[in-house]
Amino acid sequence: MTGPGNFGMRTPGALEAVEGSARPTLTQPRGISGSRVVSWLIFAAGIFYFFLPLVATLLFSLRLQPLGKAYDNVLNHDPRFVSSLIYSGLVGLGTIAISILLIVPTAYWVRLRVPRARPYVEFITLLPFVIPPVILVFSLLRAFSGPPFQLSGSHEGLNVLVVCAYVILSYPYMYRAVDAGLRAIDVRTLTEAAQSMGAGWTRILWSVILPNLRVALISGAFLTLAIVIGEYTIASFLVRPAFGPYLALLGRDKAFEPAAVTIISFGVTWLAMGLIAFLGRGSRQGVQLTGGR
Amino acid sequence: MSYLELTNVQKRFGATTAVESFNLAAEQGEFVSFLGPSGCGKTTTLRMIAGFEQPTAGTIMINGQDVTYMPPNRRNVGMVFQSYALFPNMSVADNIGFGLRVRKRPKDQIRKRVGELLELINLPDKGGRYPYQLSGGQQQRVALARALAFEPQVLLLDEPLSALDAKIRVALRHEIRSIQRQLGITTVYVTHDQEEALSLSDRVVVMSEGRMEQVGTPFEIYNFPTTAFVASFVGTLNVLPGVVVDAPGGRLTIAGQGVRLAHAFEGSAGREIKIALRPEMVTLGAGDDGQNQLTGKVTDVSFLGSIVRIRVGLNGGDGPVVVLDVFNEPTLKLPQLGETATITFPQDGPLVLDPKAPVESVEALIAEA
Repeated sequence: MTGPGNFGMRTPGALEAVEGSARPTLTQPRGISGSRVVSWLIFAAGIFYFFLPLVATLLFSLRLQPLGKAYDNVLNHDPRFVSSLIYSGLVGLGTIAISILLIVPTAYWVRLRVPRARPYVEFITLLPFVIPPVILVFSLLRAFSGPPFQLSGSHEGLNVLVVCAYVILSYPYMYRAVDAGLRAIDVRTLTEAAQSMGAGWTRILWSVILPNLRVALISGAFLTLAIVIGEYTIASFLVRPAFGPYLALLGRDKAFEPAAVTIISFGVTWLAMGLIAFLGRGSRQGVQLTGGR
Repeated sequence: MSYLELTNVQKRFGATTAVESFNLAAEQGEFVSFLGPSGCGKTTTLRMIAGFEQPTAGTIMINGQDVTYMPPNRRNVGMVFQSYALFPNMSVADNIGFGLRVRKRPKDQIRKRVGELLELINLPDKGGRYPYQLSGGQQQRVALARALAFEPQVLLLDEPLSALDAKIRVALRHEIRSIQRQLGITTVYVTHDQEEALSLSDRVVVMSEGRMEQVGTPFEIYNFPTTAFVASFVGTLNVLPGVVVDAPGGRLTIAGQGVRLAHAFEGSAGREIKIALRPEMVTLGAGDDGQNQLTGKVTDVSFLGSIVRIRVGLNGGDGPVVVLDVFNEPTLKLPQLGETATITFPQDGPLVLDPKAPVESVEALIAEA
């Protein structure tokens, strides 16, 4: 109970605490310049570490004379390059779609209704880091090589298996990206606001939650696509015409062409990522235009 | 039958009782506020009306329909949140029109209604803006318009002004009341700010620890608090310990000094009671013969702009403290700290409090006073 002795009075301690918290900001500018130099050095080291192998690969790929011959061999005389890249791209898109359909409602529901289950879900999504892909692919083959779900006997079945395996591989990246996106918005209040206006779960997810996870979903999609394009073990064991096995096969037979393929695939992956980012940006502009009317 | 009725509503979270035996009957167009400190159960009660929490027991009726277990999206109840909860991906117009799109209203009708509401909240040219492009006050006005757009049966507001600065809070609270009166919508408003509750409401429900302490008009709540909690929570009130001397004769002692009340009260001689006294009823200095006088020492003098708040500790400063307000004027002579002071209050000023007064006795006590 509030007694009559302390109505609306500010205690001296409260004032001191405010003043005390303001003091350190006076000394901050001096420390910033030193830490900035260190930050830039670390950044430069990172850039060097990342680009040096790429530059070396690029230079090596250009050593086959005449200049660009390795690229010509790959692009114009090896149809497997384009077909494997298209296959991996399509598998990547399928993986992204299924991952989003699976992970967004799960992460949303966990955050909204069963936050206590979050550590368990996180643990499950981390399993691909613990279980090697070779174990995963053998398990899939054993599980789906006989009735009732015999998928290993046909190309279509194997395509389904490879997408399912990649969905599992993408768990850690997609879940974390979506979870970070959900953390950035007030999921509970936005959901309740939409509910109070009569919206059901489908509309809430589609109109309120998903658009606000756009950046998170693009990040997750980037990572998933990058993993799928470069993956070798699962595609190889499932005998899929994917880009990873093609690259490994090429590396056994040729010297300069694998380097050229690496550079091209790197460019294609970045182009695909840029395209996804552009499409994501475009959808937001659309929303803004609608709102402006 | 009332428009909004809560009957014996109770909510438990495990072993904790958040709300117990909550009864309320609000008429159509009435503005009711739930007032109380954090954790008193006011927001939980509001969330039960909205459908976000299910009562452990009791029933909730809106316009004669039992909505106790109805999902929130079917209740036709508009809600405004403390954090605005505007959809960041939608423009102001799209936010306001969301409830109408959910109800599949024709586009022309939606556009017209959104325009009307933008006019109502004085933001006619902000329809194309995004929430992040608006100030806090503007965002909350949009949230209000969004909650009103689909013409809900009841409007619920959960501390809608808490995140705003003082000036905007006052301006917006008048705006909310004006809009509510204009539309005649039954409204339940949750706040911990007594000034907000008293200035806005037709009736105030004061809550503490999951219980209804008192229900009444702002005038009744302020002037005739029926429990020690209401007395201390609403307004600035001196709650002083007293000892009964002669209850039928209205006599008691406060810090050993005799006091006479204009009316009789209950209690045997020697029983400890509490009396409530508003600061504005107490004056500094000796008064007329018929008035009560107590002496003590000045322990604090606070300058609060239009008023000066003085604290007088009874029994030489060691006893209970009486707070009194003096209007600030250029000729005012302020007492010095430690100075012996006499304070005066009329016999009909104090109110005897029963710390365990049941809610049902409120009307009787008010009538008696």
